[in-house]
Amino acid sequence: MPAEVIEIESAKGEEPLQAVHEHHWVVRFTHWLNAIALFVMVGSGFQIFRAFPSFGAKIPQKDLLNWPKAFAIGGWLGGALQWHLTFMWIYIATGAFYLGYQIFSGNYPQVLFSRRDVRGVWPMARHYFFFGPKPPASEAYNPLQKLAYTSAIGLGVLTVLTGVAVWKPVQFSWLAWLMGGFHLARVWHFLTMWAILFFVLGHLVMVVLHGWNNFVSMLTGWKVDPEYPPR
Amino acid sequence: MDERKFKKMNRRELLKLTPLVALGAFALPKLREPLLKEGLVFSDWASGKLFRPGHLATTFTDSELTPFAKFPINGYDVDDPGVIFENWSLTVSGAVQKPGDYKLSDIQSLPKKRQNTRHICVEGWDVIGRFGGTPLSEFLKFVGADPAARFITVQCADDYYESLDMATAMHPQTLLCYEMYDQPLTREHGAPLRLTVPTKIGYKQAKYLTDLKVGHVLEKVGYWEDQGYSWFYGL
Repeated sequence: MPAEVIEIESAKGEEPLQAVHEHHWVVRFTHWLNAIALFVMVGSGFQIFRAFPSFGAKIPQKDLLNWPKAFAIGGWLGGALQWHLTFMWIYIATGAFYLGYQIFSGNYPQVLFSRRDVRGVWPMARHYFFFGPKPPASEAYNPLQKLAYTSAIGLGVLTVLTGVAVWKPVQFSWLAWLMGGFHLARVWHFLTMWAILFFVLGHLVMVVLHGWNNFVSMLTGWKVDPEYPPR
Repeated sequence: MDERKFKKMNRRELLKLTPLVALGAFALPKLREPLLKEGLVFSDWASGKLFRPGHLATTFTDSELTPFAKFPINGYDVDDPGVIFENWSLTVSGAVQKPGDYKLSDIQSLPKKRQNTRHICVEGWDVIGRFGGTPLSEFLKFVGADPAARFITVQCADDYYESLDMATAMHPQTLLCYEMYDQPLTREHGAPLRLTVPTKIGYKQAKYLTDLKVGHVLEKVGYWEDQGYSWFYGL
């Protein structure tokens, strides 16, 4: 799908700049709504975890970690469950709305990691982590970004599936079974959360390092003077 | 496009995100509580819709059982409310044809069922236990419960109370349980009679039952529910 490109004439008579419309409002809206929902899910999830901070037996109980209450939402188990059971619907709805948009609009090649992106992953990783030369940008997202975003979306789906297995291990016994039973489903739910947190950390670091233009485009949809040739 | 017009367009695009500000309502204590309550009510409604009356909870082999000594005893108050077994009976009231006091032997004369099922606590731990007792559906038939009634409420010797939707009460694995691990219930586990409901979370499995009421309206919900936990909490 060709992106919408416009030229902005400068009032001071400088060279006109190009601007490209990168993000439909659905993408921007669901991005921020999902970010808020994720924040609440993780925070309340930690408070729920505090009620039994272990993956072993109840007797004898060996705590895995003592997560500080200051970094948890809800105040107590019941309160945290209220947050968790409320925001999970927002989390799921934004995810479904986003995926529906990407599929039905045909916009997904912008973000979906595909076979032709495989070759570009290493040069990009070398640039980011080992001071390699910067590969030329040809589209909105570089191959490493696509890999990261596609993985994050996959992980988002997994947090929901593992969560359903923990919440409804009887009605969705097949899901719990796929994960090795209720007990392990709880472990998977925890691990997928950490995987998403790992992504969020990297995402935020990249935004701080060189993401102002990207940040603005996730708010308004428009990116001025993109570093890739707009098509 | 000139610069001013572009800026105006950007502002308009930004405005499309303003509905997100509505979530700020969750930051206001006055609005937060009713909103979270609605979220809980909605989740319970969805849970009710997802519940399938004929779908059985997974059962386990004897070798998968958690040893009896490692089956946690979770009371909200005391482990032993001091029930005097000789005087004990289950008082049945509400929408039933035969209200009254039922002795343990009355309940034990009904069909018996034994099952190894998973017990999941809201805290997150789980154990697999062996439970024996009378399906609640058999007992409800025995006392002539109104099939149109919608709720079961139970009262316990330790002042705990709980309630079940009728669909769950009629589920074949919902038991009036008087045995665990093929032995009579111990006091800590709710002797002489408790509920075991493998399709529900742990706190619904009330212990030390003394009263059972069949009703069309839910008068009393449950001890933990009144503290803010989910009512349906179907697994």
